[in-house]
Amino acid sequence: MLHIVNKSPSEKNALDSCLRTVKKGSSILLIEDGVYGATKGTAAAGKLAAAMADVQVFALWPDLEARGMQDNVIDGVKQVDYAGFVDLVAADKNVQSWL
Amino acid sequence: MTESTGGIDMDEESSGTIKKFAFVNRKAPYGTIYALESLEVVLISAAFDQDVSLVFMDDGVYELKKGQGTKAVGMKNFSPTYRALEGYDIEKLYVEKESMEARGLTEDDLVVPVEVLTSEEMATLMDEQDVVLSF
Amino acid sequence: MKFGILVNEGPYNHQASDTAYQFAKAAIEKGHEIHRVFFYHDGVNNATKLTEPPQDDRHIVNRWSKLAEEHGVDLVVCVAAGLRRGIVDENLASGFRISGLGQLVETGIQADRVVTFGD
Repeated sequence: MLHIVNKSPSEKNALDSCLRTVKKGSSILLIEDGVYGATKGTAAAGKLAAAMADVQVFALWPDLEARGMQDNVIDGVKQVDYAGFVDLVAADKNVQSWL
Repeated sequence: MTESTGGIDMDEESSGTIKKFAFVNRKAPYGTIYALESLEVVLISAAFDQDVSLVFMDDGVYELKKGQGTKAVGMKNFSPTYRALEGYDIEKLYVEKESMEARGLTEDDLVVPVEVLTSEEMATLMDEQDVVLSF
Repeated sequence: MKFGILVNEGPYNHQASDTAYQFAKAAIEKGHEIHRVFFYHDGVNNATKLTEPPQDDRHIVNRWSKLAEEHGVDLVVCVAAGLRRGIVDENLASGFRISGLGQLVETGIQADRVVTFGD
């Protein structure tokens, strides 16, 4: 399953809730304000890094770049463009947006 | 075809297909319209004979709180609609235990009987769905 | 693959409609089909032809209209959500049509994936 998170972890609990109910082998894609969750040094970074043992984490680079966060990404987070976003949706059998 | 339901004249392709639909509710009622309009989609989905589940997580649990009275705020109290879902054959209502407990609520506080799932059980339920619509 | 898209937020206030558009465009470029884009909640505001952004900003409404025109994408505005917010045939932008919530459920049945964009 692909989980899409579009909220900053400093503002909303969407990433937290996603990490609580994500199954091993799933993927998480961070988009829009959600990309702040993919960056180093935040209060949420440790939790995401820990989850990366079981799930693959992706971040939408156009959103990282728009926010000037492209050089602050946690190691191991893969960056995708919109075409990569489409591929991720196609690759998993279902998708959920954590609005 | 009625004005409110639109495409209920299902064509060949959709009739006969049964998919697992989950409607994920994570927002509190009244503060925003999402809970109310989500319920409207759920009611329409009943006409398509799909395998429908409703999931209540995070502040979405507040949608089911007993005792809602909206006279003073001047809005429509839609909480009785959750009790009417059974009449539409929508009987799978799931509440995440962690979300409910974190809000100081128990099953006795809710307007309808629900199945309480742990986060892990909820993860499995969502993973099994074909279509997950979040509001 | 057939994709359904649900847009739950209006233009400009939230990035949802922008991301949904970029996703739809990328999917079409990759040879996928967009089965339908359904506009719900404040997302119905993406369909008003009265929208006039400043010249140096993107025109979100026209962008959707163009996508419908060039690729035959079905843009559906929820009738009930539209009526609540004053989106009716009289101010509907080209390429959009107004229909019922059943169209959203139908997309869920017919498309291979439905992706929700919202707040």
